[in-house]
Amino acid sequence: MGSVLQLLFTGLGIGAVYALVALGFVLIFRATNVVNFAQGEFSMVAAYLMVVFAVDLGWPYWLSFLLSLGGMAVLGAIFNLGVYYPLRNRTFLPVIISTIGASIFLANTVLALYGPQPQVLPGWFDTPGIQLGQVYLDSQYLIIIAVTVLLVAFQYWFFEHTLLGKKLQATSQDKEMAALLGIPVATMIMITFVYSAVLGGIAGILVAPVLFVSIQMGSTIALKAFAATIIGGFGDVAGAIVGGLALGIIETFGAAYISVPFKDAFAFLVLILFLAFRPQGLFGERVAEKA
Amino acid sequence: MSVARDTRSAASSLSRTAAGHALYAILAVAAVIGAATVRTDGYIANILMQAATYAIAVFGLSVVLGLCGQINLAQAAFFALGAYAVALGTVDYDIPFFVCLIAGMAIAFTSGGLLGLSTLRLGGHYLAMVTISFQQILTVVLINAIQLTHGPDGVGSIKRPDLFASSQAYLALAVAVLAVAGYLVWWLADTRLGRAMRAVRDNEIAASAAGIDVYRTKVLAFAICAMLGGLGGGLFAGGFTYVSPDQFAFSDSIVLLTMALLGGIASPVGSAIGTGLLILIPEWLRFLKSVPGLYLAIYGLAVILIVVFMSDGIWGFIANIFRRSTVVAPSPKRPLVLRPADSRAPAALQVQGLAKHFGGLKAVDGVDLTVRRGGVHALIGPNGSGKTTMLNVISGLYRPTAGRIFVDGVDVTALSAHRRTIAGLGRTFQNIRLFRSMTALENVVIGAEREGNTEAASDHAALEERAQSALDFVGLGERSGDLVRSFSYGHQRLIEIARALAGNPTVLLLDEPAAGLNSSEKKHLHDLLDRIAAQGLTILIIDHDMTLVAGVAQHLTVLNFGRRIADGDTVEVLRHPDVAAAYLGAE
Repeated sequence: MGSVLQLLFTGLGIGAVYALVALGFVLIFRATNVVNFAQGEFSMVAAYLMVVFAVDLGWPYWLSFLLSLGGMAVLGAIFNLGVYYPLRNRTFLPVIISTIGASIFLANTVLALYGPQPQVLPGWFDTPGIQLGQVYLDSQYLIIIAVTVLLVAFQYWFFEHTLLGKKLQATSQDKEMAALLGIPVATMIMITFVYSAVLGGIAGILVAPVLFVSIQMGSTIALKAFAATIIGGFGDVAGAIVGGLALGIIETFGAAYISVPFKDAFAFLVLILFLAFRPQGLFGERVAEKA
Repeated sequence: MSVARDTRSAASSLSRTAAGHALYAILAVAAVIGAATVRTDGYIANILMQAATYAIAVFGLSVVLGLCGQINLAQAAFFALGAYAVALGTVDYDIPFFVCLIAGMAIAFTSGGLLGLSTLRLGGHYLAMVTISFQQILTVVLINAIQLTHGPDGVGSIKRPDLFASSQAYLALAVAVLAVAGYLVWWLADTRLGRAMRAVRDNEIAASAAGIDVYRTKVLAFAICAMLGGLGGGLFAGGFTYVSPDQFAFSDSIVLLTMALLGGIASPVGSAIGTGLLILIPEWLRFLKSVPGLYLAIYGLAVILIVVFMSDGIWGFIANIFRRSTVVAPSPKRPLVLRPADSRAPAALQVQGLAKHFGGLKAVDGVDLTVRRGGVHALIGPNGSGKTTMLNVISGLYRPTAGRIFVDGVDVTALSAHRRTIAGLGRTFQNIRLFRSMTALENVVIGAEREGNTEAASDHAALEERAQSALDFVGLGERSGDLVRSFSYGHQRLIEIARALAGNPTVLLLDEPAAGLNSSEKKHLHDLLDRIAAQGLTILIIDHDMTLVAGVAQHLTVLNFGRRIADGDTVEVLRHPDVAAAYLGAE
């Protein structure tokens, strides 16, 4: 029983990271109808920025955190201008390919600058964790879960109760109509990219002490986060969160009870099963009929 | 004057294609002989071997991405399937090379097909994702299923066929296969399947309305792409006699994709150019490889730049410069013959109790409709009365909530859109849906190719002749070789009608054909509809233009709020008080 609870806790922690990245996916998808295949690289770049500021330069953790997120905001803006904006009037295929190009570019630029050696980022607190009955609660996992809860709450408040949030929603639902109502659509999309980059950055920084900081961490996280959005229901905010958590738990239990080397394959297997038998995901509506 | 032009251009077109074939054959034979005889050192031979085998895989991408518009981010995985089939087959099981090669192609074809079957009904994002997942799973399996795959160490001492045991002879074999594969891919574009793929790429809904099985076409394109990947991979394994999992990673799929994009996805020529450049350039810039990552970083940047600035690739860019309007085969003007099928069923189209609800909204609510054979029947009603929904349910784009639909006495309710087209429904769309990258003639040829069209012979010349006479019929025969996007809005509508007519439908559904036309175009349309009706084709038309409707239709059905409020002879229905109330408001 204790080991089950322990695995559940670990699964929720890793699942929370997938959920955060998945949220970034969903926000960009809703605003632009494009899946950003470089979403995971945002997490990877943020983790490396953190290593540079907090480890290499030895600056305080909170300052490094803020600086890294600032860097992510800038990267999100550049990404929008360089990768999405020139292609905004084309079909989704060129845009997907362009974001894949960006993902390769970001990962390998970091590789060229920093080398292939995985880096270690210490956790936020020195306390390793607390023992609660039979379950050991690792402090970093606790932080991940807490920050995810806070961000989800913030995002709910932001989209439902602020004017800017409403404008962003209007933009994602009907760009032309939003433009006719005087909403600056290009600015709204810019904000979405910046916010998604920061969100991905937070996820990367949070998960970095648990994993190694490596070039591959971005694509691994992104693929799982994408699988999470499909499991939850594509384009659905609640679905992304539930899907992320579910995937984290499936993966942790799969590694514990079935096979460790094939751990990374479970997510994709679950994804393909969902696509084949329940493509609308857990929460999504049946793919709408359009003519 | 026009006849002279047609004859001359036709002659030049004939000689051009014949010369093209001859040129290709000569170049291919020269390349094979060159590969077989010119002595090269091992380094050059390796580069050539890699280029030839990669190019075959890139041909696959030009089919799935270029012709059919679907994405495949796992071509390196299919390449790996072919490579491992040859490697494990010849080393562990002592199976002859060519048997392994064909088995590898079959495995790749099957797994590509299965992957497509599971996702191609969904949008392109899902496909991108699933192909990446497949690539990752395969890599995990290749590394970890050590008993089967030899794990990360890879497989060495792969055997070649006896006849091609030397590097030189084997290279000649690879080049010969490359030449044949390139020819087949080039030839595919102008076959029925190739046209179907291009139609799906340009407009899926229009493709299914033209009788094309969109899903099957996509799955086939995907499986063919995978098979070419397997072929390239199998040859690669024999060429280098060693394979390992890291040669077929996700980044290699991206490299293959970049090759296709750089050269131009529309043509195998582009694939060959792109592959050649991306294998040679890194060799010239070897110093880039001294910094890990730099080389792939430049790759990534190149992908973005190509997509943003040169979306057609190098070959597309060159081909656009030399592009002229396609020449059309000459045809002594033949009148278009419409011979709608007639099974002596009581009505050409019959709809019983049709309902379509969107959640709580009853867009169509229990409507009966009988369209008599050989007549023009109009369906009218105020905005939002359910007319277009009704047409979409009849043509199969929407599934009905209740009710049944009969075409020429056959119950088509359970059939998909393209099956209904095959059963005899032809239609046009309110917002024009043409295959925008094709010429007017090609658009109409796809219509003429409708399975079940009794008026089109199977050979290509007869199809083109029928398409040409359909374009003549609507008055656009002179411009049949122009790209559809160069036509005016009104003319594009006429091309849509010609596309439907060329398929010789039993019933023609017209969705607001007069919308957006000016008065002289409307007059032309009116005249056209009269000429269609004169040949006995049954028409069901929706339109708001009462002059047009009253002029062409003998029979009217009026809808309001999804229900039928009047039905009968045109003149009488227009006098009906409910109809006036629906349109003008009750007093």
